[in-house]
Amino acid sequence: MKKDVTLDVSKEAQASPLSRKSVLDFVQKYTMVLVLVLVAAFFTWQTKGKILLPQNINNLFAQNAYVFVLATGMLLCILTGGNIDLSVGSVVCFVGAIGAVMMSKGMNMWIAVIAMLAIGLAIGSWQAFWIAYVKVPPFITTLAGMLVFRGLSNVVLQGKTLAVKDAAFVRLFGGGADCYVPDIFHGEGINILCLVVAAVAAVIFVAVTFIGRANRLKKGYEVASLLSTVIKSVIIVALIAFFSYKLAKHKGLPTALIWVALIIAIYSYITSKTTIGRHFYAVGGNELATKLSGINTNKIYFIAYANMGLLAAFAGMLTIARLTSAQPTYGQNYEMDAIGSCFIGGASAYGGIGTVPGVIIGAILMGVINIGMSIMGVDANYQKVVKGLVLLAAVIFDVVSKRKQS
Amino acid sequence: MSDIILEMKNITKEFPGVKALDDVNLVVERGTIHALVGENGAGKSTLMKVLSGIYPHGTYSGDIIYNGEVCKFSKIKDSESLGIVIIHQELALVPQMTIAENMFLGNEKGKPYAVDWNQTHAEATKYLRAVGLTESSHTLIKDIGVGKQQLVEIAKALAKNAKLLILDEPTSSLNETDSKALLDLLLKFKEEGLTSIIISHKLNEVSYVADDITVIRDGHTIETLHKGVDDISEDRIIKGMVGREIADRFPKRQGVKIGDVSMEIKNWNVYHPIYTDKKVVDDVSLCVRKGEVVGISGLMGAGRTELAMSVFGHSYGSNISGQVFIHGQEVHMHKVKDAIKHGLAYVTEDRKGSGLILSNPIRVNTTLANLDGVSNRGIIDQDKEYAVAVDYKKKLSTKCPTVEQKVGNLSGGNQQKVLLAKWMFTEPDILILDEPTRGIDVGAKYEIYCIINQLAAEGKSVIIISSELPEILGMSDRIYVLNEGRIVGEFDRQDATQEKIMGAILKSTNK
Repeated sequence: MKKDVTLDVSKEAQASPLSRKSVLDFVQKYTMVLVLVLVAAFFTWQTKGKILLPQNINNLFAQNAYVFVLATGMLLCILTGGNIDLSVGSVVCFVGAIGAVMMSKGMNMWIAVIAMLAIGLAIGSWQAFWIAYVKVPPFITTLAGMLVFRGLSNVVLQGKTLAVKDAAFVRLFGGGADCYVPDIFHGEGINILCLVVAAVAAVIFVAVTFIGRANRLKKGYEVASLLSTVIKSVIIVALIAFFSYKLAKHKGLPTALIWVALIIAIYSYITSKTTIGRHFYAVGGNELATKLSGINTNKIYFIAYANMGLLAAFAGMLTIARLTSAQPTYGQNYEMDAIGSCFIGGASAYGGIGTVPGVIIGAILMGVINIGMSIMGVDANYQKVVKGLVLLAAVIFDVVSKRKQS
Repeated sequence: MSDIILEMKNITKEFPGVKALDDVNLVVERGTIHALVGENGAGKSTLMKVLSGIYPHGTYSGDIIYNGEVCKFSKIKDSESLGIVIIHQELALVPQMTIAENMFLGNEKGKPYAVDWNQTHAEATKYLRAVGLTESSHTLIKDIGVGKQQLVEIAKALAKNAKLLILDEPTSSLNETDSKALLDLLLKFKEEGLTSIIISHKLNEVSYVADDITVIRDGHTIETLHKGVDDISEDRIIKGMVGREIADRFPKRQGVKIGDVSMEIKNWNVYHPIYTDKKVVDDVSLCVRKGEVVGISGLMGAGRTELAMSVFGHSYGSNISGQVFIHGQEVHMHKVKDAIKHGLAYVTEDRKGSGLILSNPIRVNTTLANLDGVSNRGIIDQDKEYAVAVDYKKKLSTKCPTVEQKVGNLSGGNQQKVLLAKWMFTEPDILILDEPTRGIDVGAKYEIYCIINQLAAEGKSVIIISSELPEILGMSDRIYVLNEGRIVGEFDRQDATQEKIMGAILKSTNK
């Protein structure tokens, strides 16, 4: 059977770029992007275009900021071998609670921010220690964390809601009425800064793509065909233009989006370009082989879970800022949103496979389904049913395609 | 006319890239003990897996004729229902369950919704007594010794109403008393009409119990010897097992100068990681020189892999003691990273399990053990990485469309090349190659041998661990023979023969 596979591939290499095989490959590689396009089209039709209103596009990013952040961290845990962190929702709540208490006592917001991040990292490291060095199964360790920090959140807040009144903090982390980057160009009816930032981002993207390609060509390495590079760039630029126009028509760049973009950029870089990122994939792909290659696999587990705590703290800040309060019930089911986004975004339930951009696509897909169904007025209970089935379908896809390979 | 219980006719079984069985024939008479002998990898276990339905009908060609009928087993249950029961080399008992629970696992007494525990324990006790065990059927498996566990396996087989019992290396983990008891039990059951097929390396045991002996070599049946008709002495059997010509299967190494000692291991002792009182490597001392290829021969379970891995950054074992000198300096390698730093590379025998990341491309696998070699302050230079992978692909002539090909889709020989590339890229001085040609075809083997010669010519030291005697003899300048954790022989290339090596192993086993 294996022989056949090898043969197929060699044939494919000789095939023309537009053969049936290469179309199939394209579909397989970009399945979730295509699904996202289809789902978005479906909701555009069903909501008569309402989902594309600037307000809704804005909400898609602002409401789901915490999902993007948590899913990015969760990806690292999942990469190590399909392991998940169930405690993130409780950690979000607990860290948010502490921050709210500190700020309500009149503490400087920056001290509060640093304290929150430090506490998140400490919680992450605590769980990571048991997982990485004592080999307590992650599921159990983080299930314990889920209970512990939910309980402690209640203790810290004494079961009550605590308002976050530090206006600077709220604005900076994406809450309140004017959580947008101020338009320094003072556009009338349209946010010019938003368009400028988008234009710069598009130019940088195109420049990096083509300069990188030219460099590879110069050094004599293989490159993707010019046509496919151009098509890819055009699509990305069109998307940037579309979303930035929508956001500019609304109120401009949500500050939360800036933070999310920053996190995505950093973690995309780490996972794709650094040795430590490579180690995550290696551990999930074959832990024994990784260990025998001289890589400290325990350390990789530790980093994954410690980092998850840090990002949970960050998501906690985004959450209390957006809701301008801390409550003992915040963060419930956040872990499920994050885990769901990862698996829908193509992370493998066995570990070793998954990318940050993929996970973001997964999170956006979940977000589109949420918003779309809300606009359509679908009952909240049915929304859960649909999301559950989407998650199951994504994992079935992963498991079945894996089986075909072996 | 004798009474034939089983005939396997023209069995051929192929794995990707290898013919494990080629036109094998086996005839077993009712009420006899039939021994299957051959070197590791000769195809004995594969043949038995075909017989028991682990490799279902359709994945092999040829016929299985049992009690005069052609059988087409698609799963183990099919063969078991006809009374063909196999006992594997690795015991398949659940340690945390009782003897009785284990004996009827998957075959529970009573109704599916209400297991009849009284009947279960009563029958378990009956079969336990039949194999000479006095233990209570309520005893947990983990509380009895390996010897008794093996007997429980036999009792379990009897409980399945076995007519034809297949034992794969039943005594490999037993001491002499337990082995003798087990063999006597088989003789007793033979009197009662049970037919057994026994796979064993211990030729003295084979001579003791077997009525017929079939020799398998390289996936072919060589001969069947009958007690009382043919000579079944150990020497005669060994001759059948190894009697092949070493033709030009091994490329010549010419003009390679053997230099100074590059690595020396002194008084190396290793204990089992879980059963910490079991010594796996026993006072081993050996050395390897620059440009030299040293072979380590021995049966499976002799402690070869354990020796190599314990030296390679303590990746195996507990309570490791002894000294390692590299280029005359004593070194302490407690982590794999240390070992790599000292110029050591260990190419595992299990390339899929502990060597390669099958879901990743060749490029990623090639650089995994030396990511620093393609990165700058933790940031990977992907162009350089690509270039390195392409370079090794060309050097080792790995057959693949691009280095972005997933390793899992390559043939065994090409996977082995990727694994070699991975370790060559760490720029080692000393390479330990554990079963470097296991499961790959003859052509790819030759290419691997050429790579080994090339490494030696570059002045590197190569240690080859192999179960295949011709490979050891054809490739090594010097050969150590390892058995039961000890070095039981050392031969120079010109003195070594298959008979001498086998003799060294068997003599030390019989002691």
